[in-house]
Amino acid sequence: MNDFRLPLGSVVESFVDYITDTLGFLFVFIRALFDGAYESVEFLLGAPPFWAIMLVLGVLAFGIRGWKFAVGTVVGLLVILGVDQWENAMDTLALVLVASVLAIAISVPLGILAAKSTLASNIIRPVLDFMQTMPAFVYLIPALILFRVGVVPGIVATIIFAMAPGVRLTELGIRSVDQEVVEAGQAFGASPWRILRQIQLPLATPTIMAGINQVIMLSLSMVVISGMVGAGGLGAQVVASLNRIDIALGFEAGLAVVILAIFLDRITASLGSADSMGFFGNIRRVLRSRRATDGLASGAGTTRAPQPVGEPARV
Amino acid sequence: MTDSIPRPESIAVKADHLYKAFGRRPHEIVKKLKAGKSRAEISSLGVAAVIDASFEVKKGEIFVVMGLSGSGKSTLIRMLNGLWETTSGTVTVGGTDITGVSAKELRDVRRKSISMVFQHFALLPHRTVIDNVAYGLEIQGMGRTERLAKAQTIIDLVGLAGWADNLPSELSGGMQQRVGLGRALAADTDVLLMDEAFSALDPLIRREMQEQLIELQAALGKTIIFITHDLNEAMFLGDRIAVMRDGRIVQIGTPEEILTDPANDYVAQFVQDVDRARVLTAASVMEPVRSVITKTAGPRAALRTMRDLQTSVTFVLNRDRSFAGIVRDRDVLKMVKAGETDLRSIIRDDAKAVLPETALVDLVEPSVESELPIAVVDEKNRLLGVIPRVTLLAAIGNVTTNTGPLPVVMPPATISVSQITDILGDTADDALFNTEGARA
Repeated sequence: MNDFRLPLGSVVESFVDYITDTLGFLFVFIRALFDGAYESVEFLLGAPPFWAIMLVLGVLAFGIRGWKFAVGTVVGLLVILGVDQWENAMDTLALVLVASVLAIAISVPLGILAAKSTLASNIIRPVLDFMQTMPAFVYLIPALILFRVGVVPGIVATIIFAMAPGVRLTELGIRSVDQEVVEAGQAFGASPWRILRQIQLPLATPTIMAGINQVIMLSLSMVVISGMVGAGGLGAQVVASLNRIDIALGFEAGLAVVILAIFLDRITASLGSADSMGFFGNIRRVLRSRRATDGLASGAGTTRAPQPVGEPARV
Repeated sequence: MTDSIPRPESIAVKADHLYKAFGRRPHEIVKKLKAGKSRAEISSLGVAAVIDASFEVKKGEIFVVMGLSGSGKSTLIRMLNGLWETTSGTVTVGGTDITGVSAKELRDVRRKSISMVFQHFALLPHRTVIDNVAYGLEIQGMGRTERLAKAQTIIDLVGLAGWADNLPSELSGGMQQRVGLGRALAADTDVLLMDEAFSALDPLIRREMQEQLIELQAALGKTIIFITHDLNEAMFLGDRIAVMRDGRIVQIGTPEEILTDPANDYVAQFVQDVDRARVLTAASVMEPVRSVITKTAGPRAALRTMRDLQTSVTFVLNRDRSFAGIVRDRDVLKMVKAGETDLRSIIRDDAKAVLPETALVDLVEPSVESELPIAVVDEKNRLLGVIPRVTLLAAIGNVTTNTGPLPVVMPPATISVSQITDILGDTADDALFNTEGARA
């Protein structure tokens, strides 16, 4: 009995070998694409002086959550600068942004598909379970083979690991849109595309944004693992400190990751809140309210005074 | 039930043997139902939500589908605009068969012919009131300025002026449903489906909305199919009512037909709590006028009539048979004794006259004020019948009046028969007036 062994591992191995041979050009292309995206984002974040980036992120924080968060952001970034992890942090931020954007670009449409079709949902769900629970290191192996050492296997592994909540929460969000409102769209003769665009997506936005928040958080948690395959940034610092048993470096790099995580989490969580009308809307609203309340104690000025409401909409 | 067959062009919506079954094999369920199986017998296969529903809704009619929850009324209404596909049977909207057409054609029908108001309003929460009202027009492809102008007129019409730029969440429930109604009206379709539209509202607001709906319907002439579980609402709104039970339509008829002639025990039980005084009209309870004379008949004929019928008053008609008033036996008696012949001087107009469509509730007050029967007259003031107090009480209390051999419907005579006979005999010969005597 003990002689028998399921050849699962070798099957997967030969499959990876096979696609490496036949679809090599595709992976070269993807590698170039991801690499290019990463390089350009990294350039955008790394080329300007630190104070410029700090200013931009501070304004962003102010526009989305208010002055307290803006102060917190600047202090946090100053800490990163102070422990001499600024460039690594920008590298990591670039990696997280590229991986998150790609993961969102894949997961949201998949989520919509899953919400629209029960068949698609039934297929996608176990695949997602697999992707999310398979230890992330395992993706690194074929990713390394297909994309070679560097930042790209890190991005690919991050995308695979991080996209699951994006798909799930998009599906959940769309499926839990009040059926009567969807029916209203249908009853007035709206096409499925119009219902998606004008009813389902807007009403599912808070849930979808929660999914996007999760995608970004998971991407950040993959940073260290990406560091193992040569992605650089804070992840590489943590890996190096682990190898050298360097507590000081490990703590500093780790703290920088935490600061980035808090910043990204608060920003995306705010975008998902019900009152949010999108990022630029927030900025505009802040500018407007500051102009309007000029001279008054305007505070953060981001909250809209709710008007008195009669009875609740639902019984 | 009692309808004559209307001309096809006057039919707005027609449902022909509609079935809707949920389950793995809905068609098999329908086949079994058609073969005579009951809803309970096919419950292992699935649920039969609507069973063999057929009806026609005339243009400009308010057709109410009434039933308790689970009776299939919501499923039925959703088949009328194709939100749910029928398992069997056809739906015709404005002459177009909408069963089995492509999704695009169906959308077209919904845009142009049939709109809907929802129980929980189903407004788009991220859009302002005016954008919600203009939603149907937007889908129809109307330009922004044009549709907003039209939406504004509708907003004023449904009584939401000044709220156009608010979000639905800033409105009370009643106002939100006005938005829902406005959205359906703005789409300018002939047919309006209303799915328990007022059920989520407070009773007072509900009443107000019902009255407004009737006003709007009278002004705009829409065909309205209204779903409700509230029988009083059905009776108040409906020109005709279809009562549903367990997926089947058990009776279709006017509110009065359903009230006075329930098709089975279920309907009878259902309607027993209805506020009959608000549903029944004067026409449905009035009694034929027996004690009546024409003005020219003279006092002797009047007295004779009252003697024969043993009543103290008689109704007097003009020459063109319009209602002139009443005369009392005492006055007539005096007149006969005095030898006068012109009734006109003693005709009293204190008998109330009402139109046949007056609700019984509005007859209570006049009935309290005067012991005289209430006269029911048509628009040309012709006397159609009378409603004595007893009849009114019996109708409101749902007591049958025709159990006794001779119901007392008029105030009893106050002067004895022999006295009248004596007087008639004492005075001049009354043969002249006999021709215009009592009519039954």
